[in-house]
Amino acid sequence: MLDNEELDAIVVSTPSKFHAVQVEKAIKRNIHVFCEKPFVLDVADGERLVSMAEERGLVTQVGYHYRFVGAFQEAARVVRSGALGKVHHVRAEAYGPVVLRPKGGTWRSAKNEGGGALYDYACHAIDAVNYIVGMPASVSGVARHGVFSRDVEDEVYCTLHYSDGASGQLCVNWSDESFRKMSTKISVWGSNGRITADRQECQIYIRDPHPGLKDTPAGWTVRYTTDLTKEVWYYLRGEEYSAQIDHFIQSCKTGRTDGENNFRSALQADRVVSMILGEGTGSGSSSSSGGLSSSTAPTKNWLNRIFN
Amino acid sequence: MDRVLFGDNQFFGVNHMSEEKARSQQMRFQHIGAIIDVLDAAYDEGVRTFMCTTHDRVAEICDHFRSNPEKYPDYRFYPCMPYAHKYANAVTDHGMIEALRMFLPQDGAMGAMLKGGVALANKDIETIMHLLIDAEMKMFAGLNTPVIFIQNVITDLLIGLQLDECFRYFHDHVRANYGAEPGFITMNVPRLLDVLDRLGIENPIVCANINKLGFRMCGGKEEYENIIASRRFRPVAMSVFASGAIRPREAISYVCEQQNVESIVFGASSKANIRQTKTLIDKLSVVKHSG
Repeated sequence: MLDNEELDAIVVSTPSKFHAVQVEKAIKRNIHVFCEKPFVLDVADGERLVSMAEERGLVTQVGYHYRFVGAFQEAARVVRSGALGKVHHVRAEAYGPVVLRPKGGTWRSAKNEGGGALYDYACHAIDAVNYIVGMPASVSGVARHGVFSRDVEDEVYCTLHYSDGASGQLCVNWSDESFRKMSTKISVWGSNGRITADRQECQIYIRDPHPGLKDTPAGWTVRYTTDLTKEVWYYLRGEEYSAQIDHFIQSCKTGRTDGENNFRSALQADRVVSMILGEGTGSGSSSSSGGLSSSTAPTKNWLNRIFN
Repeated sequence: MDRVLFGDNQFFGVNHMSEEKARSQQMRFQHIGAIIDVLDAAYDEGVRTFMCTTHDRVAEICDHFRSNPEKYPDYRFYPCMPYAHKYANAVTDHGMIEALRMFLPQDGAMGAMLKGGVALANKDIETIMHLLIDAEMKMFAGLNTPVIFIQNVITDLLIGLQLDECFRYFHDHVRANYGAEPGFITMNVPRLLDVLDRLGIENPIVCANINKLGFRMCGGKEEYENIIASRRFRPVAMSVFASGAIRPREAISYVCEQQNVESIVFGASSKANIRQTKTLIDKLSVVKHSG
């Protein structure tokens, strides 16, 4: 198809292990690319693809749709305004009912193919953290376990470390049937207040009013998705999906290469995933029964040694 | 259709404003008895139509109504299909083809054909749609289902994919096999009406968000108002409170001002709220229709 058709843009929505090779083929033909998340499984591939796309001035985007959710956009706005004071902690939680029994014959349950809760679920929470408070410098205390899956993790927990001393926690579990669908919550604590955001609402507590956030008084402010959501041109199961693909199309039309979720931005999530994998047992998991092992030696991580 | 229809989001942890509220509702309604109590309260207020998704738990509600026909002689269900998460979860678990097979009957010639993958291989959408509709309708056997809706997630996906003929399959099957009027739920009323016009589906029942905030009214509030006033269809207003963002009186007043809106669907968890909303609709509708 790539040889026969004159394409402006392509959407790569294949199992994760094919992303790198397919994206590269498109870039080599100077085609703009929208790639589903996670961007790539190997950070080195990602770096190469970022350079290639940037050299050619191509539009790139990865499907981290949370950046188009009104409540998360609001959280990012509040944090960037400085109104929370010095940010010292972030917690990202994502729970949902994906793997609820020991069976599963799709690529999502296959090791080394981008299956597992880390690549398929946690990456959304990680990207939301990167978006709202920035990318952590290192991770430690990784626990990756299979609850039902044999070859991949169903839950991921770890501590995030920032170069300025702030910390964070990542808690992800896709074997939680008590949730009707994926629910992600990001909480940020600062010296002047806190914010908690999920898809539906943003709860903000500010101690002293801040000049950078004039619309938010001291005390509690709650903003709901009904107020925060911008109308989209076509609604299908959530404004964020329409908004993100519209953003991509507009980027293609105008040649905008620094749009939201471009490859360079999305690669940061892959870097954090890579830190989490590296911190654990090195290559992911060598265990074949009873789930994955937890890390008991966080100091193994060279990044840890540099930043802590 | 009745002027007032009762919705089911509150029973299944769907709340567009707060996940905490959604969870507390899930806890409250985890036993069918609590749901029946609310449906009874609505029934006592004269709300006789339950517009519900084909959620697994609705089957239990159906059992209750089937077992007590004397208590609800004039009760009507408006099934809305499918409950999409059911399918999405199955696809995640079993893959696309296997999931489809799980939801389709395995018996009879058609079952055998499907088992062999003939309909799938031929992309026989009409056959597959018929079977899926029948599977979803099983839980309503013996109950009165005069209107059957297709959920917005499917309606809007089909519009987007330009699979217009699927609306015709749905329309024809629902009329022929269930003697019911097909209804279409959408977040994109202007586009849907154009598609249904092209298919020659006249005066369709269309359920959509219609609220003063313009929340999830794709194409814009003004265009919706114009379309409701000028085009020939039977609008059912949902999300009239925009999940509680609009005060009750203001919300109902706005919807009643859109005079061609035929029915209003709302969900509530308490007798007091049901009574308040029902009373408001009755009152404001009367004012509008007599004025």
